[in-house]
Amino acid sequence: MAEAAIAVEGLRKRFGDVQALCGIDLNAAPGTILGLLGPNGAGKTTAVRILTTLLPPDAGTARVAGFDVVKDAAALRSQIGLAGQYAAVDENLTGFENLEMVGRLYHLGRGPARVRAHELLERFSLTDAADRLTKTYSGGMRRRLDLAAALVARPPVLFLDEPTTGLDPVSRLQLWETIEARVAAGTTVLLTTQYLDEADRLADRIAVIDHGRVIAEGTPDQLKNQVGGERLEVTLEDYGQEAAAIETLAPLADERPKCEHGILVMPLNKARGDIAEAVRRLDATGVRIADIAVRRPTLDDVFLSLTGHAAEAEEEEAEQREEEAVA
Amino acid sequence: MSALAYAAADTAVVARRNLLRIPRQPDLWVSFTIQPIMFVLLFVYVFGGAIQTPGFDDYADFLMPGIIAQTMSFGGFVTAIGLSDDLRKGLIDRFRSLPMARSAVLAGRTLADVATNAVSIAVIIVVGLLVGFNFSASPLEVVAGIGLLLLFGYAFSWIFAFIALNSSSPEGAQSLGFVVIFPITFASSAFAPPDSMPAAVEAFANANPFSTVVDATRALFLGSPAGNDVWAAVLWSVGLIVVFAGLSVHKYRRAVSS
Repeated sequence: MAEAAIAVEGLRKRFGDVQALCGIDLNAAPGTILGLLGPNGAGKTTAVRILTTLLPPDAGTARVAGFDVVKDAAALRSQIGLAGQYAAVDENLTGFENLEMVGRLYHLGRGPARVRAHELLERFSLTDAADRLTKTYSGGMRRRLDLAAALVARPPVLFLDEPTTGLDPVSRLQLWETIEARVAAGTTVLLTTQYLDEADRLADRIAVIDHGRVIAEGTPDQLKNQVGGERLEVTLEDYGQEAAAIETLAPLADERPKCEHGILVMPLNKARGDIAEAVRRLDATGVRIADIAVRRPTLDDVFLSLTGHAAEAEEEEAEQREEEAVA
Repeated sequence: MSALAYAAADTAVVARRNLLRIPRQPDLWVSFTIQPIMFVLLFVYVFGGAIQTPGFDDYADFLMPGIIAQTMSFGGFVTAIGLSDDLRKGLIDRFRSLPMARSAVLAGRTLADVATNAVSIAVIIVVGLLVGFNFSASPLEVVAGIGLLLLFGYAFSWIFAFIALNSSSPEGAQSLGFVVIFPITFASSAFAPPDSMPAAVEAFANANPFSTVVDATRALFLGSPAGNDVWAAVLWSVGLIVVFAGLSVHKYRRAVSS
């Protein structure tokens, strides 16, 4: 078997009194996407910073593309590309100038750096904007340029730190397609995200990370099965019909529907056409419906299920403490 | 290519990037063109009449070397703001993830800032000539004086690079910079003769390397005897560059954007 593109063992990092990483293990086979899923402050960015040689770990080992991130840091940097959530492009340079500069700093040489810059602008549909200062770009265009910059040297391993945070849905979809195309071409990707749907769509394997620990790891399907699949939520017009509604829908569900405050929740199996059948049966028995909705498992559900606590706002404070400790 | 050749090539790429940015940031021009003009006019027309400068034809002759030296030290703010901005926007992270020389981001930054300092010098000299300043030394000495000022400005760029790398924001770098620059540039021979100051301040002004640079530039611009000032000024500048370039590159290796 080929050596893993990313192999991390027992990685630890502390900032002041915040233990950002408490010994995480990660693995990604070449040509796959590893999703690092977790709330703000979980340690995702710290992990990316260590793996891209920006930060030394306190303990543990990490190899990327066969290079140790500490001992072989200088050699490793020519093998990786990094695109961050803050879209690190120079807003006072044009799109072309940004990519050309990055190419020259990867030591491609002047001519090849220019050719490569044009090539990437074309591929990311930025050719028309090539000679505009990037401060005039939209958020989506900047992210695309940032991603293009990470791809300049055709690195075998790509790190994407929350690549779609703050993007509109269309830009998000475009970026997903680009990432998928890279992986189809053989690139290994480590992607951090707060969004389960993003990890679900892109990742071959997902590591759920919380408070600096990997609390679950597996394929998207394995994780979702742990959390439970989609659920149907029926809001009743009349609280008095709760019992009737449960009895009506019980035969449809694998487990007995629950009802609280006039909202009935049952596991959903769309393949069996449960939604239409549920509506028909409720209608037939005279249960009046105020609202009906399909709920997919969210990151909060994963967290509730895995940790017993929600991915709540205090995580953001932890992140801020982390940043202060770093600065 | 050798490591040194890579470092030089990387530095050139970063310097070019910073030079490209200059004409695109008109708000920055204020700090290195309008601001020095304002200082020249304020000092000549507000304080000029009140400050006695025995041995000089007029206050403009006394003032010009000092005000250019002060502008060179203010040039450090351009360095600090540029670096802080790069840190905050994540560009330093990108640079640090690239297989480029660790010294190139800072060396390219400070080199490009020599260009803005040169523009400042040109602007001030033109304004100075208009308000009554006269060179009274040979062209060679004048050129040597300008070279010395640029070298001194380069040293201040490295000092401010270090300040920026140790600050959490451009605003922080700026206020720390002001606290450093104002005492050094004003408690010196730049704007008033030190022997007109209280004894303690006079002693500080005479020991202040900033005074050494100002005195050396005066000698080179006005053709007065320089003593050891010129060599002392060069040594001070080179010493500051060596120390702060070393400290800054060391800090850069661990730099983290907040």
